[in-house]
Amino acid sequence: MNNLESLQFFIPELFLTAGLLVTIIVELLLKKEQKVFTAYLAATVLLITIFFLIRQYAIEPAALFGGMVVIDPMAVFFKILTAVSTLIIVFFSIPSFRVKAEYYVLLLATTLGMMLMAQVNDLLMIILAMELVGLVSYVLAGYRRSDPKSGEASLKYILFGAASTGIMAFGFSYIYGLTGQTNLFEIQQALQSTQHNPVILFVAFVLIIAGLGYKIAMVPFHFWLPDVYEGAPTPVTAFFSVGPKAAGMAVLIRFIISIVAGVSADGQTFTANAPIHAQELLAVLAVLTMTLGNLSALQQKNIKRMMAYSSIAHAGYMLMALAVFTSQSVEAVMFYLVVYMFMNFGAFWVIHRMTPHLGSEEITAYTGLGYRAPLVAVAMGVFMFSLTGLPPLAGFIGKFYLFAAVIKAEWYILAVLGVLNSVVSLYYYAYVTKVMFLNRGDDESAVSISSYDTALLLVFLIPTLVLGVYWVPVISWATQSLHFFLG
Amino acid sequence: MGLLSFATFLPIAGALLILAVPRKNLPLVRIIAAVFTFIPLVITSYLWTQFDYTAAGINTESGFQFVEHLPWIPTYHIEYFIGVDGLSFPMVWLTTLLSFLAIFASWNIDKAQKGYFSLFLLLVTGMMGVFVALDFFLFYIFWEVMLLPMYFLIGVWGGPRREYAAIKFFLYTLFGSVLMLVAMLALYFNVGDPVNGGHTFNMLHMMNQSNHQPWLQVFNVRFWLYIALFVGFAIKVPVFPFHTWLPDAHVEAPTAISVILAGILLKMGTYGLMRISYPILPDMARYTSYFLATLGVINILYGAFVAMAQKDLKKLVAYSSISHMGFVLLGMAVFTEAGMNGAMFQMFSHGMITAMLFLLVGVIYDRAHHRQIDGFGGLGVSMPVYTGVASLAFFAALGLPGMSGFIAEAMVFIGAFPVYRTLTIISAFGIIVTAGYILWTVQRVFLGQLNPKYTEIAEINGRELFTLIPLGILVVFFGVYPMPILNLMKTSLNYLVTLIP
Repeated sequence: MNNLESLQFFIPELFLTAGLLVTIIVELLLKKEQKVFTAYLAATVLLITIFFLIRQYAIEPAALFGGMVVIDPMAVFFKILTAVSTLIIVFFSIPSFRVKAEYYVLLLATTLGMMLMAQVNDLLMIILAMELVGLVSYVLAGYRRSDPKSGEASLKYILFGAASTGIMAFGFSYIYGLTGQTNLFEIQQALQSTQHNPVILFVAFVLIIAGLGYKIAMVPFHFWLPDVYEGAPTPVTAFFSVGPKAAGMAVLIRFIISIVAGVSADGQTFTANAPIHAQELLAVLAVLTMTLGNLSALQQKNIKRMMAYSSIAHAGYMLMALAVFTSQSVEAVMFYLVVYMFMNFGAFWVIHRMTPHLGSEEITAYTGLGYRAPLVAVAMGVFMFSLTGLPPLAGFIGKFYLFAAVIKAEWYILAVLGVLNSVVSLYYYAYVTKVMFLNRGDDESAVSISSYDTALLLVFLIPTLVLGVYWVPVISWATQSLHFFLG
Repeated sequence: MGLLSFATFLPIAGALLILAVPRKNLPLVRIIAAVFTFIPLVITSYLWTQFDYTAAGINTESGFQFVEHLPWIPTYHIEYFIGVDGLSFPMVWLTTLLSFLAIFASWNIDKAQKGYFSLFLLLVTGMMGVFVALDFFLFYIFWEVMLLPMYFLIGVWGGPRREYAAIKFFLYTLFGSVLMLVAMLALYFNVGDPVNGGHTFNMLHMMNQSNHQPWLQVFNVRFWLYIALFVGFAIKVPVFPFHTWLPDAHVEAPTAISVILAGILLKMGTYGLMRISYPILPDMARYTSYFLATLGVINILYGAFVAMAQKDLKKLVAYSSISHMGFVLLGMAVFTEAGMNGAMFQMFSHGMITAMLFLLVGVIYDRAHHRQIDGFGGLGVSMPVYTGVASLAFFAALGLPGMSGFIAEAMVFIGAFPVYRTLTIISAFGIIVTAGYILWTVQRVFLGQLNPKYTEIAEINGRELFTLIPLGILVVFFGVYPMPILNLMKTSLNYLVTLIP
């Protein structure tokens, strides 16, 4: 489809861009105490964007802008997911970023980048979209200019980001050299029709995985993550933990079903384009990622660092499912991301709102919180056990689908390693509830929370509870969105 | 909603109600807890009167009673499927009975009572659910739902080392559960639903061997699935060498929670083996039976010898539980009618006896604030009523004829002797060791010179007697006339025996 025709299928992105520009201009007209208005403006822009995105389900899958991006239900799913996560983050940030209008502009810009990541169909577009997200993220991570930790986070993020993008681009150059194409679909055709040297393909695969793995925090490209999570302002940390990760997963899925493998005729399994043992490599990386994430999380004293390693572990669980190359595993990952969004945001919201009261981000600062702020502590307990994957909470259903996908593909050892990791993770998640409920601190004064805090807490708590008992709408949404555009 | 669902979920309603009660209104909290456990007891007692003694259940839906079968998550073939048969009904009834009595044993919990009673009620729903669920997914949910309240009940209201005990219990059981999860999913993807051709979590379809797809007929596959399920259940029983969480959890848990742990949770392990492992993989049950019987004998002897070495009264009772659960394992490993019925009867009987023992330990601990066996002496003088009830419970644990424990153990021996002669003879020595540690304990605590510290100790009070007397009556009644329970279970269990090749 040519550029002009494509524009009609690009309305959400265009609207978001326009909204972003309007927000910048409006900010100039506002007095300092009125600047919180830009947050509501950003939220409205996102809401309307989500409305446009939902309408995109009616569109037949097609390639836009000469094949640079595609529009298909899976892209729409990830676009909605990232837009919703940003919308939540806007409300998440309002208490702490009241006068920072440019912050909301940056959030909108990242969302644009994530939406592009969800629908890439070209090697160059992958780099462009990921860099758009990356560049804005570096600024967000360093947002607290006066805090040296924040600066350190930003710098680490930039260095790792730049290096891994470079490596990924180098891997892309191999692919381009072999096939002469940058369009993912054309590359797939070329790889399937002619035999190439598997060694070169394997090298290219490893290089590209390095770049993508950095985005989703896969071991051994995870080193930036704990420092960035700890150093960045908590709303930004929460934002990084879901949206960009989901977008990274979307790119990884597209990469797998185009360059690495092709969807077989029945649509259920993916067949590798070349014998490069991509599945085995991914499985090993998945096990390393979750094991290292969980074992490192065990030793953390700072709750944000613990959540950082926990998010590495969760990336490992999702990667584990992706390694089996079935459409069911993709569906499971999509479902998991929805569930993960609620429980992870919930945990970060508690951390964010409690830190000023507790005066510290150390886990021990939460001692006796169950008796000082019962609702908050109970909610935190729910999020922790949901992250562990205990029924009847949403996290269990998410993990259930991941393991089901792995077991259906008969990768039993992988599944057993995965569930054993869940057991390990129980220890550090339960530790948080232990200090909250089993111990009592010196300070027994009640912690008061505003109704705004409670309302947003319930936004995270209720889905975490309800999706654990009845999750048909979400899984059907994921299943119906599981339609790739290829060719 | 049928009566069975009502009895299962009513405690949750009570838990929510308790959360709405103001903290100061403690009597109301207790009354709500008592009412919302008493109604399920009434319901299950009523169901007992309606029970069809000729229906076998086990692997046919028509053989189950009070069945409720509704779709839940249709896209994944998960159903809300509950019902009872002779295998589950005695445990369901025992659960409601012990839950009700345990509320009264929790009367003087001294902190955060609202949290305690609501978690307790949540636990009751979890336990009921495990015994009534016939859909594997539903079973797993209930099985796991119990962990959270248990963790907090031990961890918040327990003794000095409660944090360690709570997390140890949690990690051990979760380890077993996740293996069960893998086995459950492997079964799901390899069992065809005869109705719609898809997969199914329906346990009864899983039991029908003709639904097993070729991969599930491979010996190694079946063996490892059996082992994965077995580890999950064995940790709960607990079977040696998975037992180390039990003494810690029991010693640290508050009295009522020890009662629930020993009286019901331990039985879930053996119940799971009978309900799930045996009928789904009967050939593996046969293949591993000698191994299971050996573990049972180890449990009997090891538990008894370690109990003898204990200085802490509660730890002694905890190890005696390990020993007594060994009889269940031995009885169920031989696949004779007497053995199987004896095992099940032992589950029921031990549930009552061990509940009494833990209640009695709680009574003395509330007064003396320690549990050292050597720290007492001659309590028979200052607490004659207490001593009377305690002697009854201890003799029941010893297996004295006329008490329910004797019937159970005798049946196990009768069932096991023709099959594994040597093992049965060895395990009979367990009886002697049991008699040894129990008589020795009775002597040190109740007989002899009265410890001068305890001349003024308060006699057992009415509330405590109220928790003990019903159990005492039942122990004696079923010891003299066990037919009501045996009639309940025998149709189902005799049928289960025929399923094992």
